[in-house]
Amino acid sequence: MLIPNNLKYSKEHEWVRVEGNNAVVGISDYAQSQLGDIVFVELPELGATVTAGKRFSVVESVKAVSDIFSPVSGKIVAVNDGLNDAPEKINQAPYGEGWIAVIEMSDSSQLAELMDDTAYADQVAKGGH
Amino acid sequence: MAEPRKTALYDSHVALGARMVDFNGWWLPVQYAGILEEHRSVRERAGLFDVSHMGEIRVVGKDAEAYMQKLVTNDVASLQPGKVRYSPMCYPHGGTVDDILIYCIANDEFWLVVNASNKDKDFAWMNQNVADFAVQLIDESDSTAEVALQGPLSAAILEKASAADVSGLAYYEFWPRWNIAGATVLLSRTGYTGEDGFEIYCHPSEVTQIWDALLAAGAEFGLQPAGLGCRDTLRFEAAMPLYGHELSAEITPLEAGLGKFVVFEKNDFNGKQALLEQREAGQGRKLIGFAMTERGVARAGYPLLHEGKVVGFVTSGSVAPSLGENLGMALVDRNIGSVGTEIAVEIREKPVAAKIIARPFYRRRI
Repeated sequence: MLIPNNLKYSKEHEWVRVEGNNAVVGISDYAQSQLGDIVFVELPELGATVTAGKRFSVVESVKAVSDIFSPVSGKIVAVNDGLNDAPEKINQAPYGEGWIAVIEMSDSSQLAELMDDTAYADQVAKGGH
Repeated sequence: MAEPRKTALYDSHVALGARMVDFNGWWLPVQYAGILEEHRSVRERAGLFDVSHMGEIRVVGKDAEAYMQKLVTNDVASLQPGKVRYSPMCYPHGGTVDDILIYCIANDEFWLVVNASNKDKDFAWMNQNVADFAVQLIDESDSTAEVALQGPLSAAILEKASAADVSGLAYYEFWPRWNIAGATVLLSRTGYTGEDGFEIYCHPSEVTQIWDALLAAGAEFGLQPAGLGCRDTLRFEAAMPLYGHELSAEITPLEAGLGKFVVFEKNDFNGKQALLEQREAGQGRKLIGFAMTERGVARAGYPLLHEGKVVGFVTSGSVAPSLGENLGMALVDRNIGSVGTEIAVEIREKPVAAKIIARPFYRRRI
């Protein structure tokens, strides 16, 4: 199970890579492996305002529909359109080509609420919750 | 909730790296390598399923045939020993108790394979219907394990594993005593995937040796263990009904498009009057197949819309892996039109366009 040490993680298994005032967001390797084959992604709209802890995307595997929660508040400034035709990129490269969106943060202090890799690894080891 | 039960193959699944889930009170593998890969394996080569959770009930006695005729909607009198027949089993109001396979052992002996989640309910219902019939009902579920070998290479794998010729066994026929891997089993050419395939029923103490022998013989053919996840996507593409989705106590077999398994020409059977009335009056709903024409995956329970109004609900919906489309089945108002009609599925409060298409979605090449 890959848990890179340069990312931050939410309890709901999203990851965040901070780039200046932007947060690149995706779902963790653990999350994609639990979901199984991903067949559909509903991306947020460019320019939409998102709120930390609220649904901003939906990822569907063959069997399950999963809400993806925004780890921080802000505005969507980029979405990964490539997932429309190739949602399996989330399975293949959850931290790379499987990124979901970039959020321009309105309150970067929210990053302090997220976990580092060690804390997230502990959560996964306890069964994911 | 009680701890789920384990089939005799539980340890084999864990050793194969399966993801185990609680399925109606049983620990069963939802997937091993992945649902899409296993689905493809069954369509192109073969897959091996543990379906030991299925229920088995024996009906024996001099009135067995008359009893079965009363119990189910399909005709049992014309069923010959060695043949299998599919049938709905209805309540007097026409709703469906279960859909089952009937194995004719002899004219006074039938063996029924029923849905695991319905087994206790079925057995109780069957006992309530014994009345004056001279029959004995025996629940053999605990002493019966089942594996399903499904896919175009199934016969070749089975022949290699058993060193026997199975070409004499036709679709929906069975051999009551057949030998494989040192065990005596019931072998039938049946399945729930839309492919050629076999179902093997045996004692739980012998199922592991059969499972291992099939996996070993199948290795060179590309046989893979296959979980419940792809069992559902496979049956869905073949538009086979799943109880609790396309059929229920509130859904009649006529509504579910299973009219050819309701034989009105025979004598009285449970549900006959209600189903006749439904047919004559042109009442009830109908099951349709549909394809999403906008982006979205329909899921069971989502509302189905026609001209902006809710006219029914999705019974099953999924990506259809063999077809590369997002498809569904829905139970709808019977007046909304047929193939080609534009409809919509309400997904997360938004209508998403779809159109009615013919079922089954997938048909194997013979």
